[in-house]
Order: sequence, then structure tokens, then C-alpha cells
Amino acid sequence: MTADTVISCKNAWKIFGADPEKYLKSMPAGHSFDDIRADGYIAGVKDVSIDVTRGEMLVIMGLSGSGKSTLVRCFSRLHDITGGTITVEGQDLMSLSEKELIELRRSKMGMVFQSFGLLPHRTVLENVAFPLEMRGQDKHTRRERALEVVKLVGLEGREEYFPRELSGGQQQRVGIARSLAIEPDIWFLDEPFSALDPLIRREMQDEFLRLQGLLGKTIVFITHDFDEALRLADRIAIMKDGAVEQCDTPDQIVLNPATEYVRKFTEEIDKARVVHAGVLAREGTSGEGDPVEATASVQDLARLLVQDTREIIPVAKGGKVIGGMDRAAALEILLEAS
Amino acid sequence: MADVTSDLKAGTSGPAQWSRGTWASALLIVAVALTALRYGGLLPDALHRIPEELIPPFAAWLDAFFNFVKDDLGLLTLTRTLTEGLEWLLDVTANLMFGKRRWPNIGPIPWTAIAGVAAVIGYYLGGWRMALLGAGTFIWTALIGQWKIAMETMSVLMVAAPLAFFIGLGLGILAWKYVAVNRVIKPILSVLQTLPFFTYLLPAVIFFKVGPTAGAVATTIYAIPPMILMTTLGLQKVPIEVVEAGNMSGCTKWQLLRHVYLPSARTEILVGVNQVIMLCLAMVVLTAFIGMPGLGAKLLAMMGSFKLGRSFEIGVTIVLLAVTLDRMSKAWVVKQPVHFERDTPWWRKHIVLLSGLGVFVFFCIAAQFIDVFAEIGRKQNFSQGKEIDTLIKGFLALDPVQNTTQAIRYVLNVWILNPFRDFLLSIPTPAFILLVVAFALSLGGRRPAIYAAIFFGLVALSGWWDRSVITLYSVISAVTLALLIGVPLGITAARSEKWSQRVLLACDTAQTFPSFIYLIPAIMLFGITATSVVMSILIFAMVPLTRYTIEGLRTVPPEMTEAADMAGATRMQKLVKVQFPLALPTMAVGFNQAIMFAFFMVIIAAFIGTQDLGQELQRTLAGTDLGKNFVLGICVSLMALTFDLTIMKWATDRKKALGLPD
Repeated sequence: MTADTVISCKNAWKIFGADPEKYLKSMPAGHSFDDIRADGYIAGVKDVSIDVTRGEMLVIMGLSGSGKSTLVRCFSRLHDITGGTITVEGQDLMSLSEKELIELRRSKMGMVFQSFGLLPHRTVLENVAFPLEMRGQDKHTRRERALEVVKLVGLEGREEYFPRELSGGQQQRVGIARSLAIEPDIWFLDEPFSALDPLIRREMQDEFLRLQGLLGKTIVFITHDFDEALRLADRIAIMKDGAVEQCDTPDQIVLNPATEYVRKFTEEIDKARVVHAGVLAREGTSGEGDPVEATASVQDLARLLVQDTREIIPVAKGGKVIGGMDRAAALEILLEAS
Repeated sequence: MADVTSDLKAGTSGPAQWSRGTWASALLIVAVALTALRYGGLLPDALHRIPEELIPPFAAWLDAFFNFVKDDLGLLTLTRTLTEGLEWLLDVTANLMFGKRRWPNIGPIPWTAIAGVAAVIGYYLGGWRMALLGAGTFIWTALIGQWKIAMETMSVLMVAAPLAFFIGLGLGILAWKYVAVNRVIKPILSVLQTLPFFTYLLPAVIFFKVGPTAGAVATTIYAIPPMILMTTLGLQKVPIEVVEAGNMSGCTKWQLLRHVYLPSARTEILVGVNQVIMLCLAMVVLTAFIGMPGLGAKLLAMMGSFKLGRSFEIGVTIVLLAVTLDRMSKAWVVKQPVHFERDTPWWRKHIVLLSGLGVFVFFCIAAQFIDVFAEIGRKQNFSQGKEIDTLIKGFLALDPVQNTTQAIRYVLNVWILNPFRDFLLSIPTPAFILLVVAFALSLGGRRPAIYAAIFFGLVALSGWWDRSVITLYSVISAVTLALLIGVPLGITAARSEKWSQRVLLACDTAQTFPSFIYLIPAIMLFGITATSVVMSILIFAMVPLTRYTIEGLRTVPPEMTEAADMAGATRMQKLVKVQFPLALPTMAVGFNQAIMFAFFMVIIAAFIGTQDLGQELQRTLAGTDLGKNFVLGICVSLMALTFDLTIMKWATDRKKALGLPD
């Protein structure tokens, strides 16, 4: 754990059932998800260790029921974990008193929900101002701030509407605005776009990228849509049966899947779009001629890879050559994709 | 081995692998044998009825217990202290509504002002029609000369309903929050909901003084259970993500309840409010039996002296009040907040409140100058009591009418009711209990059967067996007759969308009427006789039967009836083979409700003159026989609960088996 670790999760367990604490203590090591289920318990989160650094965007992926939502709810302590530790900004979550927990949420955390979780009896403005109201801010300042965020998510002019008078996309914007109202450092997003139709979804993703660029927060994002993950993620964690199968950059996940499950999961992905030149660059070699940018994907370089004759192509990051890319290896990725 | 155990679990476990049906038939055979023995004069008396000397003195024990609680634990001092606070509240509303000389001494509010405000509220909730209904009800009440008695009733309602709301809400929240509380409350609630209202009345009188206070207390207690249930239900239904959003917003526990849970459960809570109001109205009318003045007392007196015209007018007033209160509170349930455009002026946002105030003030001032606006005098009202009375009595005296009613009465009494009653009474107690257990076993399975045995065993031990059987006889015969009329009516109505809607609306409306009302037509047609008792129960019980028959038939998934059509089923085949089996669980719920209603009504009908538990119960009201009152009440409750548990178990099992939603 470095100084810049925001969330640190060590061997976290979340087990559902009659007496999970006792069960976890008595459970033999190496029990699988199915073994646990046979004992009448469900492992929502199974021995997860993961660190999230400041400013990072971690995307958690997996099929439904794989424990994505449960894990995020453990990070925000909407669920109490059964075993292990989770620290947020150096504070052990489970040792926080109710008061400290409320304080942490009021000052540092924001969350957006899959089905929005808006309060039906409050207007857009009142929903957005809700966290501020809970903090006890006076009416005038919270109104100011709420108006500001409502404008930020593009809902100006709809402040006095009630949630049921809005479309799904608009409702989700309210959810996003509410989570932003307190200017949280950590932002949890639980499949925020999955209830929306594809067109609005795309629009919301762009909106989200804009906001992220604007605000630069630490973000934990859940999705089961790989394209969405690729658009957004710094790192991707793939979950199955409550456990994290692999947590790495998108490039590494498609290039070096850690388990058979991850390989299958990423099988359908167009690797050329995911793998970047920077990842393929090997230190020590540099090659000759004009370098390519490290941030360019193999697909971006398709024409060059086919037409160039060099064995090794230099890769540059910020104008400095960091290594050489094996053209044959890159071509292999490109061909495999098509 | 595994197969054998699962078999045992599926059937009732017994020495041999007997199925439920076999067990039930065995019990039935024993019961029939016992009865046959009795008929043959071979059964000793001790096995026919439990001998007097073996009956434990439950009433005396209960009396001792109540006395201990009342005097030694000082409950009476507590309740009498509470009485003072309640009395003060009741005096305030009494002063406002009908000018009782008490603080704040500003009443009575002119009737025009109340009618005006009712119109404004009605308009806000449901547009012009609701406004007309609201105003019309109060104008009718005033013009017909019943303003004062109606306001006596309303003044108690205005105290009892909010009290029941807050207590129910509080208990509902507790029951939702703490499993232990829920576990304690649940059985108490089901007993309370089947306990005859006379059992509410006497303790109220003993602990809270005769008159409006006791009436208000009994009314409040009576109306609490549905509020608790609705609150718990509503809070459980709040979407988990809304709660999580509240948590992530940093709500404290209290903030979460106040700002997230309660507003999100608004719909259910308001449905609870509607039920509280309707139950309060039903009960407040019945408090006439403990001498509380108001619409109920007047109706009771008028019916007692067979003044049909006035009874009819009071009945109309009560029905109008019920419909108005019901429609308005239901409109409130579905009323959703609507936003105002920005920069809407302040007065526009509060136009309803302002016009309500305006109307109120206007009529209050106008009443100072124009007397009829304040009060309609005794000589000025438009009551046609005498005329209607003559009309109805004239109609009843017509030969064809009289012949019909008398024929019905004769056939019912001589051929059906009396023989049936005598037959039930001739069955030995153990055989009777076995019959009920066999019924519970075959329908509900082992658990309801055990309950049935315990409950009816207790009734037998209570020493009121014959009266209990007579109560049961009234219930069974009335519900059977109601089945014969209500179900075909429902089936016919369910055949077209239009008629379903109409009949459902009629049923919904009829269900809002206080039960007392159902006695009026029965007494009109059949006088003060035993037939009237059965008739009033019949009308009352028919409503849920018809209603649930229609609902059951209409909720049969369309693809199934379409499949039947495509298979070439005739209308009859479709009904019998497809619709009935699927509708039966829902219809069973209606049947259950009909039985519960019947148990309720049979007790009310006591004042017509029955020989059942109700009559004994009513007698206890005159004294302080708390123990006896409770024993009688519990007898009714136990019998009702037996049916409730059995039928509902069957309905839920069946729904599960058919894969229908609850």
C-alpha cells in the first residue's frame, strides 16, 4: 500500500447466511464457492484483495451475481464485511463508529445507483440537495450548490420536476448530480447506465468522461459491458463467484489472461483495439526511424504495421523513446482480431 | 430411505403412510359414528356435551386477572388519567363541531363553512365531481336535520382516527424494525381482527368511562391493526437502492426514517389512513351500543322502534359520509405532487389552501347575519321521515310483497334454517370438533387441523357450546346462501369488461358502508325476526364473494383462456376446466372474507334478538362482567380464526402450486 492508496482491501469476505462470522471462522481453507453454497451460505465477496489509487478509475466487471455490486457495497460499508479488512483513506472501515461512518460518507463518498434510487417525493433540486441537507447545510447554500451541479449534468430548467416526470436518462443524471453535490473524493458507480437505452447510454458515457476529466476523482465503476469498460477503465477487475479473477490494465487482461475464465470472458474482444503500442514496447531495444506514440492502439497503427518493413519499431511516450515494438508480434494481434 | 422420509413429510406423518385425505375421512367416519350413536340413544350424556362441573371457570379466572391488573397494578388509575386528556380533546372537537359548552367555546362551526371546505378539498383531490360529493354530503346532512348527530359522530371520529393513525404508524415502525416486536404483534393482530366489537366496547367502558371517551378508545383500538400492517408493508417495500442512496447521503438513522423510508412508503401509509378512517366510521357508529350519542345511536333507536323512514334517512347520511370519506382518502393515495413552473407566484402555489380559508371565513361571517347559514332549525329541515315510513310500510303491506316476504321467511325458517340449526345442535360436541378438524385437515393440512382441534376444544370448554354452535349455524347458513347468489352473480358479471367494472365498483362502494347499514334493508323487508339476521349477514357476505369471484376470473392469464378457445372449448368447458381451477384460490380469499364478515355481522345482529354468543355479549355490556365478556368474545374469535387459518393456508398453497402471484 502506497501513500496514494485510497481504498485498500485485504482478504475481504462477505458471506450471506444464518451466522456468517462463525461459519467463516470454522470454514476450512480453500473452500470453493460451490462448497460454501452446499453448506447453506452464499459467498458474495470471496477473499478479495485489491488497492485503488488516487485518481484511478477501476472498473469491476463480471456476470450478474458475480459479486460486483456486493464488493462495491463493502467499499462503502453499505454491507458489513464478514472477514478481512477494508481501509478507506487509511481508516479501517469496520472499526468506524456509526457517527464516523456517516461523517465519512458525508464528506468523501458519492454513489450512483443502477435504478437511480431517487426519492419520489422530492423535486430534482431537492433530491440533489439531499446529501447537503443531511449535512445540515443551510437552505440557501445548498440550493446554490444544487443548482450548480444540476447545471453541470445538463438538467437546467428541470429543477422543479419530480423524478416520475423525467425520462430514465434524466433520472440518472439526477442520481449523478446528487452524488456529486458534496464533491466526493471517491465515487462509486453501480452500473449507472445499464437501465438506459443504447443511444442515451453513449451520450451519458461521453458526459461522464467529460465530468471525469473535469473533476479527476477516484472512481470505482461497475459494468457488465466490455466496451464501456474499455472506454473508461485504467484497470479492470474481473469477478467470478465473488472472487477477483484478475485485476490489471485492459491490455494485460486481453494479452495475458490470468485464468481460463478471463480468457473466455475476453475471447470476443477485438484485441487490436485494446492493446496499445506502449504495452508492446520492450526496453533495451529501440529500433530505427520514426517512433509511434505509446498511446496508439494496434488498430490505430494497422496501416503502418502492414506497410512498414522494420523488424522493431520504436515507441515513444511524451517525445521520448521508451523501447521497441516487435512488428511481427503486433501484426499477430492485428490478424488474430480479423 | 430418503424416499420414505420425504413421503412422510409430504403426507401427514402417522403410524401408517396415510395421506391427508384418508386421515380426514377417518375422522369423518368417527364423527358420523358418534352422531349415529347419539341418535340411537347409546351415547352417554357426558360424551354429548361436556358436563357443567367439568367446565373450568374461565370467566372467574379472567375476572380475577383483570381485577389484579386494574386495581393492584393500578392500570385503572393510569387509564383514568389518560381519560382526562382524551376527554379534553373530545371536548374541543365537540365544541367546534356541534357547540358543546366547553373550551374553546367558539363552536359550532356553521354547516355552510364545513360544506364549503369539503367542496374545496374535494376539488383539490378529485375535481368537480369530488367537490360535489363533498359539499352534497354535508348539505344533505344539514337539510335533512341530522347535522347535530352527524357532528357528534364526526367529533369522535376526528379524535379517534388521528390517534389510531399515529399509534398504528408507531407500532408499525417498531414491528418493521424489530423482529421480536413483529413476532409478538402478529398473533395479537389476527386475534384483534376477529374479535367481535362488543369485546372492544366493555373494557373501554370499564377503563375509560361511559360516553364519548370509551367510544373513542374502542374506535381507536379497532382501527389500529390495519394501520400497523400497512405501515410495515410499506416500509418493507421501499426499494433497497433508495435506502442505500439515503445511507450514502450520510443520513443518520432518524433522518433515514424521516426523509427516506416514510415518504417512500407514502402510498401504503395512505392506504392505511383510508382504512383507519373507514374502520373508525364503522366502529363509531357501533358505539351506540354503549350509549354514545350520534348517528349510530339514532339509527339504533329508530330501528328498534321500527321507524323505517327515519332509519332510511340516517342510513343515507351514514352511507354518504362513508363514500365521501372513502373516495377522498383514496384520491389522496393516488394524488402525486406536480411541479409548478418557475416563478409561479406564491398565491398560485397555495391557491387551494387560500380558497379553502376564504370559503371558510366567508361562511363563518355570513352565518353571523343569516341564521340558516349557521344552523338549520328543527322546523326548517326537509326530513320526510314520516312520509317515507308510510310509503315503505304501505309497500310492505301490499299483498304480493307481503306474500313473497312471508313465503321466503317461511321456507327459510321452517324448511332450511331451523332444521339445520337443530341438526347442528344434535351433533355431540366431540363429533362436531372432529368434523371441523377433518375439514381443516383436508383443506389446510396438519397445522390448521391442530389449531382447529385446540380452538374448538377451548370453545367446548368455555361452557358456551350451544350458543357457539348457533352462532356458527347463522354464519354457515348465511354464507352458503350468499355463495349461491354471489358466485353466479360474479361469474355473470365477469363475462364482460363493462359489467365487471360496474359490479366491482358497486362492491367497492358497498364495502365502505359501515356494517350497521346492512341491517336496514333486512329489517325493512323481514321485520325484527331471525330471518333478518340471516338476510343482513347474507347481503354483507355477498359483497366479498362477488368481488373476489370477478377478480379471480378476470386475473386468469389471457393466454390460458385463449389456449382453451383454440382447443375448441365451449364457454362452459372453458369456465369449468380452465377458469375455475385458476380462479379458485382467489375466490377462496373472498370466501374467507365472507366468513369473517359474517362472524362480525352475526354479533351486531344480536340486537334483533338472536340466541347466540352475540346476545350474551350484548347483555354483558350492561354490567361489568369483563371476564364473561372476554370468554364470549374469544369464543367467536377462535371459531373465526379456525376458518381463517384453514382457508388462507389452502389458498396460498394452491396459489403456489399453480404458480400464481399472491
